[in-house]
Amino acid sequence: MKTLYDKLWESHVVEELGDGTALLYIDRHLVHEVTSPQAFEGLRMAGRAVRRPGAALAVADHNVPTRQRASGIAGIQDPTSRLQVETLEANMAACPIPYIPLLDPRQGIVHIIGPEQGFTLPGSTVVCGDSHTSTHGAFGALAFGIGTSEVEHVLATQTLVQKRARNFRIRVDGALPRGTGAKDLILRIIGDIGMAGGTGFALEFAGEAVRGLGMEGRMTLCNMAIEAGARTGLVAPDATTFAYLAGRPMAPSGALWEEALRAWRALPSDPGAAFDREHRVDVSRLEPQVTWGTSPEQVAAITDRAPRPEEAATEEKGRRAESALAYMGIRPGQALQELAVDVVFIGSCTNGRLSDLREAAQVLRGRRAAPGVQVLVVPGSGLVKAQAEAEGLDRVFREAGCEWREPGCSMCLAMNDDRLLPGQRCASTSNRNFEGRQGRLGRTHLVSPAMAAAAAVRGRLADVREFL
Amino acid sequence: MIPFIRHTGKAAAFIRENIDTDLIIPKQFLTTILRSGLGRHLFHDLRYREDGSEDPAFVLNREPGRSATLLLGGANFGCGSSREHAPWALMDFGFRAVLAPSFADIFRTNAFKNGLLPAVVEPEALEALAAAPGAITVDLEALTLAQDGRTYPFACEPWGRSALLEGLDEIEATLRRLPAIEAFEARRRTESAWL
Ligand code: SF4
Repeated sequence: MKTLYDKLWESHVVEELGDGTALLYIDRHLVHEVTSPQAFEGLRMAGRAVRRPGAALAVADHNVPTRQRASGIAGIQDPTSRLQVETLEANMAACPIPYIPLLDPRQGIVHIIGPEQGFTLPGSTVVCGDSHTSTHGAFGALAFGIGTSEVEHVLATQTLVQKRARNFRIRVDGALPRGTGAKDLILRIIGDIGMAGGTGFALEFAGEAVRGLGMEGRMTLCNMAIEAGARTGLVAPDATTFAYLAGRPMAPSGALWEEALRAWRALPSDPGAAFDREHRVDVSRLEPQVTWGTSPEQVAAITDRAPRPEEAATEEKGRRAESALAYMGIRPGQALQELAVDVVFIGSCTNGRLSDLREAAQVLRGRRAAPGVQVLVVPGSGLVKAQAEAEGLDRVFREAGCEWREPGCSMCLAMNDDRLLPGQRCASTSNRNFEGRQGRLGRTHLVSPAMAAAAAVRGRLADVREFL
Repeated sequence: MIPFIRHTGKAAAFIRENIDTDLIIPKQFLTTILRSGLGRHLFHDLRYREDGSEDPAFVLNREPGRSATLLLGGANFGCGSSREHAPWALMDFGFRAVLAPSFADIFRTNAFKNGLLPAVVEPEALEALAAAPGAITVDLEALTLAQDGRTYPFACEPWGRSALLEGLDEIEATLRRLPAIEAFEARRRTESAWL
């Protein structure tokens, strides 16, 4: 009796190394510009080659401008950003790793293009020098973020020394109510178990509400497993997974597809498999969620008020709430719907896929963003952008007064020029509301795409259910 | 990697929960293509004021913080992104170890790979260490912290500990297992040819 995680782990052990660690084989490696330059430099200095270039896929996403893309890399204003993207390009020119250049129509955020290309497959190990690699676990892949030394290790050896995680199942029962989706669900889960609740665990999301999600919603869920402290989030592959993958450029086809399907069907956790920890959520009364603080666990329903620090469960929690509220410019007990927003950001590897844009467009169709609110819509990839344009979503956004941008990480981390000014308040579909994440002294409220759109229209944090 | 066996140094106490990697090294410094030089940007938003001047209230802008080699931090230290720039910045500033009640997984791995010791210390011991003025001796072989005649235990992942003690080049060590990797790959080519 094994869990999905157990099966994934055991099928990739090259050698046991003792103390719960093993040398693990890595099938897929996504590479981007920010966490790879020092790794390639390390290889060069040691005179080592890339062991299996075909197992990697590279793209620039973190640093790239989302406007005036036509001049390519040369158009990147900040010289250090430009050098970093140029360095990726030079490293790719020197070795045969498949590379999607900036002006390629497939360019986008690593965690969006991996699944889109069929590069991410069930039963595989997927790594990337980025903590949101957990996204790919939505396919039943063992996917986790790594640091630059580990990037170098994978490039040189196609393996990693890893410690086996423990099993944590999150069972989600009930059906998601109108106006709520995967983003509200994962924010609620993080609120329940805390931002270190999953440390040392692989989280498997199970239950009817998870089965009912499409692949994009499952990716949103797994994407934020890291925000609960878990390097890995998982959803067992099923017919939804296979239907998504069929026909993707890098997915197997023909006889190999049939063979792969047989193997993938054996991946789900065995019915009686034991988990080290379990958590149950009933979503039938879930409300749209919004973070009020500076950590994703500081979250509440949109109908709620900001907490009063003196009422916190522990003294430490109270202290943290107090400093978070001060940073966020929120009064204790203030109604969340009173908070006026300056910026709305719709995008990122959490919510930059087609279904997210459709969800936001549904709210914005025939409406306008409130005066003075800047609304950025940044598709997660060139293919998402093209598809959205084919459906006319770009027109909906433009007519609502939003800016329709080129794909990239953009204001999720504000490494390019899309960033908040000090004191600005933002309703954001991204994944982190840490201090300064979207710009120094910027204030981030994490929400779903539909909630972000509602905030854009109202000019304040708003309950999307009033717009449906 | 520089080995870590025993180290004595002054400590800077910045004990607060969930010190995330965005706080340790903000994104505007991630565009570097080097490992070195990040120390002056460590905790940038807390260390410097809007006009670029140092904020004297921040612990690293005062003695002993300025010359500290040990950082005392809060639970879930290093949560957030996978940026190895966080341990690079800590080490470039001069830190050799972070002492905290718990660490985020990716940060801990990144620290080990760079010779920065993530030492797991009970919150009470941490408070006592922060309150006393003396230098702290970290002994990784004995797993003890000694200060002003008092000793406290700490914990450390066994694999990370041996890597630090030996100053292991992990890629070199793995490449010695190449036959096992090749055998694995050969097996996979027949059993899961689609990968
Ligand atoms: S969109 Fe944000 S979280 Fe995702 S990879 Fe880019 S910076 Fe990281």
